Amino acid sequence: MQPLKIADKIFHSRLFTGTGKFSSNEIMRESIEVSGSELVTVALKRVDFTNKTDDIINYLNICGVSLLPNTSGVRNAKEAIFAANLAREALGTNWLKLEIHPDPRYLLPDGEETLKAAKELVKDGFIVLPYVQADPVLCKKLEDVGTATVMPLGSPIGSNQGLQTKRLLDIIIEQSNIPVVIDAGIGAPSHAAEALEMGADAVLVNTAIAIAGNPVEMARAFKLGVEAGRIAYESKLAKIYSNANASSPLTAFLSDL
Amino acid sequence: MTFYDEIKNLNWEETKNKIYSKTVEDVLNAINKSGNRTLEDFCALISPAALPYLENMAQLSQSITQKRFGKTIQLYIPLYLSNECTNGCTYCGFNHSNKIKRKTLNEQEIIEEINIIKKLGFEHILLVTGEHQKKTDFEYIKNAVKLASNYFSLVSLEIQPLDTSEYLELTKCGLNTVYVYQETYNEKKYPVYHPTGKKSNFQYRLETPDRLGKSGVHKIGLGTLIGLEDWRTEAFVMARHLQYLEKKYWQTKFSISFPRLRPHQGNFTPNYPINEAELVQLITAYRLFNENVELSLSTRESAIFRNHTMKLGITTMSAGSKTEPGGYANSTKELEQFNVNDDRSPLEVCQLIQQNGYEAVWKDWSNYFQK
Repeated sequence: MQPLKIADKIFHSRLFTGTGKFSSNEIMRESIEVSGSELVTVALKRVDFTNKTDDIINYLNICGVSLLPNTSGVRNAKEAIFAANLAREALGTNWLKLEIHPDPRYLLPDGEETLKAAKELVKDGFIVLPYVQADPVLCKKLEDVGTATVMPLGSPIGSNQGLQTKRLLDIIIEQSNIPVVIDAGIGAPSHAAEALEMGADAVLVNTAIAIAGNPVEMARAFKLGVEAGRIAYESKLAKIYSNANASSPLTAFLSDL
Repeated sequence: MTFYDEIKNLNWEETKNKIYSKTVEDVLNAINKSGNRTLEDFCALISPAALPYLENMAQLSQSITQKRFGKTIQLYIPLYLSNECTNGCTYCGFNHSNKIKRKTLNEQEIIEEINIIKKLGFEHILLVTGEHQKKTDFEYIKNAVKLASNYFSLVSLEIQPLDTSEYLELTKCGLNTVYVYQETYNEKKYPVYHPTGKKSNFQYRLETPDRLGKSGVHKIGLGTLIGLEDWRTEAFVMARHLQYLEKKYWQTKFSISFPRLRPHQGNFTPNYPINEAELVQLITAYRLFNENVELSLSTRESAIFRNHTMKLGITTMSAGSKTEPGGYANSTKELEQFNVNDDRSPLEVCQLIQQNGYEAVWKDWSNYFQK
């Protein structure tokens, strides 16, 4: 399996994970370890910067795992930029998952504000991984302003509905010169495998692992799903035909004549 | 156009009859529905016909809640700033004619309370007052919000309704959430419970969430005082209110609380009591109707009831609450609004949450996001 490069970092796992919704920090940590994930996103609003021994950050101190702070909760570019600067100072990383969703019900990302914030943050030296709609034009614009990846959604966050935006994701993957990480809605290892088979560079999974009956085993299942999908992609999947395609062609004899 | 225009012609008795005439078939249709449930479904779920299906509702409610909120319970604590009040609400311990000791905390006393609360681990604080135009006027509230936002990640208010511009100003000082309970949506009966004081204005109170929505306050908490009027009819009108608000103020979060009348100073007894099974019905019905709304349960309820309901739809709980001003530094029962029913310490509640397989979340906001 080829490693994945984002900005200056090399990842051997193409599964990124989240930290919300787990029943305990211990289970979160164990799930992340078993998943093999090397990039873990954490909501800034959950982190207590005034407390040096903040619980959640302590539990994420795992060898080989980088933190990806996210701006969940902000409603516009201004708030996102403020939060990003605070994260950089407090957590000592310039990596940022930029998410701006002013709608608290479906948590759908605001493309206009995201682009505006991304422009500023890239100029300011951040490695920006923006969470966006599966909008191919927006993804190209983000690439143009210098984001490190694009992270389009498969379906609404937390919905576990899989790749409802598949046709658009195909276009984004085809057109992109930066890694494409499918971010939201991945509810089963088969969805993750499907995303990697399509050529997505990585997936980010949270809810489906965190609220599974057995989160640790589910993390392992996702690890395997992601690996299967990527290996299948690299091995060049057989094409899909609408008609039957005989494995012993009837006209092969012609070339022997 | 506000919510008052939406419901001013609502016929309470007809609405009530509609709910009470729902059948088992309506209930099963609502329970088995895939996709979003409608207000009509909600009617069926809160109707008496749904009571035999509580277990089904609870199972569904648990899985929907876990999908949206995970296996977590958020914790907050109330800080009573004052029990002085010029209202004459017939059900409330702070009613101005009740002969209780009155107290409004000064800045030093607020800081004393804050220091104790911080040691308990809380990051989400709810500031509570009665309604007194002089003792707890806007400037007093504003100072308290400013003060609290220096110590806490999330500051909420449960005070008298204010104007849009005032809410806007408080948001800039660090205010995140405002809880404003309508008490009853029955306009005809409202004056019976609120005979005097500013609170006697039904329309002004009803339109408060509209003003909050316009002001950009992040979260609005709704509730009725369960026991005043028929709870099923109240629930239906509030579900309409929630639906109206979500569509209109699409950037705002919403929360629903379930304050049930508790014994207090004075002699009010609920006209329409609700039992525990019905309260579970109400909680799970809201969850089946709305996947995203926060559902909050305070220490008005017993430890055993809270232990179980945290698994079937509740997302937010208070713990270790004192309902009298100054109660954390010097607990005296004579100043309190109502008797707390779950007097466990925050640590004990937290341990119970963990035993239930949930994580206690102390911090889920940073007020620097809004400054």
